[in-house]
Amino acid sequence: MASFNLTVNGEAKTVETTADVPLLWALRDILGMTGTKFGCGIAQCGACTVHLDGKAVRSCVLPIGAIGGRRITTIEGVAASAAGARIQKAWLDLEVVQCGYCQSGQIMSAAALLTATPAPTDQDIDAAMSGNVCRCGTYIRIRDAIKAAAAS
Amino acid sequence: MRIVAWAAAAIVAVGCVILIYLVLGPGPTDYARGKRVAIADYRERNPTGVPADFKASGDLQRGEYLTKAADCVVCHTSKEGVPFAGGRAFVLPFGTLYSTNITPDLETGIGKYSDRNFLDAVHKGIGRDGAALYPAMPYPSYSLMSDADALSIKAYLFSLQPVRAPAPANTLIFPFNQRVLMRIWAAMFNPDKRFEPNVEQSAEWNRGAYLVDAMEHCGECHTPRNLAFALNNRKKFAGAIQAGWRAFNITADPASGIGAWSKEDLARYLSTGHATGHGTAAGPMGEAVDESISQLTGDDVAAMVTYLRTTPGVATADLHAIQDKPASDHHGEGLAADVAREGKSVYEGSCMGCHEWSGVSPGMPFATLTGSRAVNDPTATNVAQVVIDGAIRRDGDGLASMPAFGNGYSNAEIASVANYVTARFGGTASHLEARDVEKLRQQD
Amino acid sequence: MMAPIDARERAQSSTNRREFLGASLATVGCLLLSVRMPAAGAAGEANIRFVPDAFIRIDHSGKVTLIMPQTEMGQGIYTAVAAILAEELDAAFDQIALEAAPPNDKLYANPLLGFQATGGSTSVRAFWMPLRRTAATARQLLVQAAAKQLKVDPSTLSTSNGMVMHSSSGRQVSYGSLVQVAQSLTPPKEAPLKDPKNFVLIGKPLKRFDTPDKVNGKVVYGIDAMPPGLKFAMLAASPVFGGKVKHVDDSKTLSMPGVRQVVVLGDLVAVVADHTWAAKQGLAALKITWDEGNNGQVSSDDIWRKIRASSLKDGAVAKNEGDVVAALKKGELHQAVYELPFLAHASMEPMNCTVHISASGCEIWVGSQVVSRAQGIAMKLTGLPADKVVVHNHLIGGGFGRRLDIDGIEKSVRIAQKVDGPVKVTWSREEDMQQDFYRPVYLDRLSASVLDGRIQGWKHRTTGSSILARWAPPAFQKGVDGDGIDGAVDNPYGLADFHVEYLQDEPFAVPTGFWRGVGPNNNVFAVESFMDELAKKSNIDPVKFRLAHLDKSPRFKTALEMAVQNSNWGSALPAGTGRGVCVSPGFGSCAAAVVEARVDQDGKVHVQRVVMAVDTGIVVNPDTIVAQLQGGIIFGLTAALYGRIDIEKGRVKQSNFHDYRMMRINEIPKIEIFIIPSGEAPGGIGEVGTTIAPPALANAIFAATGVRLRSLPIDQSLLAGKRSA
Ligand code: FES
Ligand code: FES
Repeated sequence: MASFNLTVNGEAKTVETTADVPLLWALRDILGMTGTKFGCGIAQCGACTVHLDGKAVRSCVLPIGAIGGRRITTIEGVAASAAGARIQKAWLDLEVVQCGYCQSGQIMSAAALLTATPAPTDQDIDAAMSGNVCRCGTYIRIRDAIKAAAAS
Repeated sequence: MRIVAWAAAAIVAVGCVILIYLVLGPGPTDYARGKRVAIADYRERNPTGVPADFKASGDLQRGEYLTKAADCVVCHTSKEGVPFAGGRAFVLPFGTLYSTNITPDLETGIGKYSDRNFLDAVHKGIGRDGAALYPAMPYPSYSLMSDADALSIKAYLFSLQPVRAPAPANTLIFPFNQRVLMRIWAAMFNPDKRFEPNVEQSAEWNRGAYLVDAMEHCGECHTPRNLAFALNNRKKFAGAIQAGWRAFNITADPASGIGAWSKEDLARYLSTGHATGHGTAAGPMGEAVDESISQLTGDDVAAMVTYLRTTPGVATADLHAIQDKPASDHHGEGLAADVAREGKSVYEGSCMGCHEWSGVSPGMPFATLTGSRAVNDPTATNVAQVVIDGAIRRDGDGLASMPAFGNGYSNAEIASVANYVTARFGGTASHLEARDVEKLRQQD
Repeated sequence: MMAPIDARERAQSSTNRREFLGASLATVGCLLLSVRMPAAGAAGEANIRFVPDAFIRIDHSGKVTLIMPQTEMGQGIYTAVAAILAEELDAAFDQIALEAAPPNDKLYANPLLGFQATGGSTSVRAFWMPLRRTAATARQLLVQAAAKQLKVDPSTLSTSNGMVMHSSSGRQVSYGSLVQVAQSLTPPKEAPLKDPKNFVLIGKPLKRFDTPDKVNGKVVYGIDAMPPGLKFAMLAASPVFGGKVKHVDDSKTLSMPGVRQVVVLGDLVAVVADHTWAAKQGLAALKITWDEGNNGQVSSDDIWRKIRASSLKDGAVAKNEGDVVAALKKGELHQAVYELPFLAHASMEPMNCTVHISASGCEIWVGSQVVSRAQGIAMKLTGLPADKVVVHNHLIGGGFGRRLDIDGIEKSVRIAQKVDGPVKVTWSREEDMQQDFYRPVYLDRLSASVLDGRIQGWKHRTTGSSILARWAPPAFQKGVDGDGIDGAVDNPYGLADFHVEYLQDEPFAVPTGFWRGVGPNNNVFAVESFMDELAKKSNIDPVKFRLAHLDKSPRFKTALEMAVQNSNWGSALPAGTGRGVCVSPGFGSCAAAVVEARVDQDGKVHVQRVVMAVDTGIVVNPDTIVAQLQGGIIFGLTAALYGRIDIEKGRVKQSNFHDYRMMRINEIPKIEIFIIPSGEAPGGIGEVGTTIAPPALANAIFAATGVRLRSLPIDQSLLAGKRSA
């Protein structure tokens, strides 16, 4: 067991655990931040997507020991960024959500995309979002909402 | 009529010359200068047996260490089968071979083997029933193993639980199913000589040579084979295809081989299956690391590294210096999207989550692609194989695994994503096609 | 014009005054009305209604609360039902609050099935009339109360936005202030319903109730419930169905960091730890030997051999009109067999259940489509009475039928009985996929004779596992499974000599369950593939051939014509690209779709465009309907392209999203939805897209390559290099 000092959504958090624990489970089960979701555990569904220094990463395959000083952003804190707020507003305006379980991961990938590529093309959207599975099939509105957020 | 006779004679003569040329091929350490002596006459530390830094509590533990060093378990265990109970399939161009049961079971195992029987099998490739073994069992390399070490392995095997498991019947086509042919082959290509240390090389070099050539039999995969399927030590460690995977060039050549590797990187790769800035072991090499090399002591791994770094460099035509710069973080940069467009669409959906657009994993060194030889291989064989079979790497702080995509993705999709990966992260783009992937699937 | 009330509903909804008030629940100070749900039709009725009772509570502040026995799992029923209530009550939409009903069979039991459940796309459809009638009655009571208070004639009063207004005097009274008086009045026999022409809310795209918290990460699914002192567990049941635990070596596991306890039960093993990762690692380190029982060697081949053999026998007759035997002799006889594989649900939220068993009782946090059964199983296992078993029913991260079963709750309660303090049992994705209740394998045998482009006789036998026989035995009568024949009996083509049979065939010990699209999935795939084959054999365009048989089904004919018109049907397409059509009954909706797909040299199918026209009766929320159809179509296409669960040595081979693939955003076709205005009662919409997409795609592939696929998923090797000129 070791203690890891993380910066999550701008706040300092200390986690006492072993280095191999993926960030996903540290966030959920130790820090009680349940906005980030478990969907597959093998980086195939995107439900666990968070930001690491602003880049979208899968937290289920990111051991807490490998994070170091890099800043973590989760769905609970993404509204603080301009892109995050615009994406969340577009998601509500276009009624993207159905069951909603995949949506925190979708929003984190979309927010990182918008920050890096303010006017994303369809290829940019495919490149950033194809890793996020939605079993309810809300992809059409996800694409439309990203474009709406880019235009807002 | 006489012309026909003369032609036949000429062919036979040329055949003999080639045969002699092949038979008289160099032994595994002939390239090194200096006199070789029998182990008994070697005054430095004995290169055989267990290393000084291995605290063995008794013979059985020494036998277990040597059994691991000789990597018997990988071949003598079928998929999810009982260790050492045999049944693993070896798909060869001329049929399929199954490994035998080497647990001490009396009917289906080696329970009735005397010491003599065991030494004949390990050194001469002759089974207790007198039948010649197929050289898939690497007795030409094991013939270098000392009698004491071989019998120490036998003692360990005899301490295991006997398991009743008859090996499935081999399906070799004529003439390869003729055991007698194997006897002739063995006579020509198995020197059947124990390891002889080289007095002008260090004790560590000799221990390394013994471990690499006699125990781990690295050459059986990494040394190309001649026309008669025997190891061609003129091009020792220059690389070959084994069980559908490409065993890369591990000579000291800086571009094609491991000449540019540091000693530390080589030792770390051998003992954990990965080294920063280099690739990750998968397939048969992954098994060798997991079941064998990772179990060796630090001294032994260091000895292997010392030996490996002295083999003469041999260049391989299609393997150039490794391109290891990360690719761009932006999907559209660095590589024209129209190279393997289908491959890119597979990559962005199923691979980018771990490997990113840069090829550098944010949290799992094993998943970093840039710097890996497999990605810098224009045949992309190992990239396709690892996509089909997946990989599991365990090291100090945990476990990283890649799923086996073989069931979910078609041959065309796997070929295309392999081409995309080599083009984006390696030096040269590969041109794998669906039928190549189909062939690769049948190998393992 | 009053919405034409479906005759069957009027006959069954024998509501009387007493029931209207649900007197037993008259909480002081608020007006309470019960909504009596119609019983489902007789056994064998095509679509099974799961809807139990609901309750409306109006309090002093004018807040209207609907106690909902249904569960929201993404299909948007909370918003739709709230809209129906607010419309007929003339209440302000934002004054409507919804509460998930606690488990209570007495209050919410469905008369036919004896329990409370969400499923079969029946929510809106079943609520429609009863909810409007009860809301209209409440409005009437409030108007009478206002008339007494203002001492005016009720006919001079009007209502809107939660207020009763007396236009001539300009006075107005809020609903809230009238509750006390209204409660004492006797409700009218028949309160008039609003004329659909005057609908203000129904038919408009409304903002959904449940989405805001699903966007900021605050929503709490069952998997997110974190009661204090929680421990985390992962489990492994026998990989071979029906197997038992023989031996467990937990020496390594118990020494691992974070591991607290190893629970070994007869059929499963669980590791309890400080967090889910430690539980997962602990589970992986266990050396478990299983007693595989007698299914250890079962394979998919065995299952197919068994169903192919048993499907040759005669089934139980579900429908028999005219003289099929004679009809099949007229014209040319055609026969075909269609086969569909097991499918896993793969909801994004893996199965999970959090349970706390203590001296004071048993508390459960879960998302379930059958919350009263969830309580029931916990009571049975713990021996506790109902009031000692509390079920917190959370929003579900994708039901699709999986949460109609309670195996997850049953296993978690048994594990929790060995653990002190609350424990969250989470299924790994692998466990979720390999311990599912699978959409059954189905084999459909069809034969028909055609003479001058007209079908003379039609025989359809559907063979497969009966889910209802296990899940709701009362609904499985005389060998006919109502779900199994759904989509086969309600054939839209008005065939005079028409015969449908059902034959039960259970696949050894592989558990089967409801899967989005239920019965119609395999029946419509078979019927619509067969219609395409009959058209081809008669040398008639597939659309013309269908239109020739739809004169007795105007709603289907309109839908087909609208889909075809908007899809450029008949226009030229590049080589390797084709269009396929499908007409889909089921769920009370009439739909048709055209799919356009390209097959490349390697046989990979790229779906380019889907045009769908649907008549689903009066539309409550058009926005939800479009979203549900887009999602359903993608759900169906995913199954057609990739969906299969194989059994090898008694085990499921697939385990996660790498070998049970999902369509991703870069594979999604253009989808155009056309909603046909209709006055009919609202139909179900959650499953129509899933049912209609696969047959339309299979027909498109036939048009593109000439290869007739009679089984799914699509086998690319059959299509490689087959691009027709
Ligand atoms: S849970 Fe991390 S990608 Fe699925
Ligand atoms: S909204 Fe349900 S999985 Fe995406």
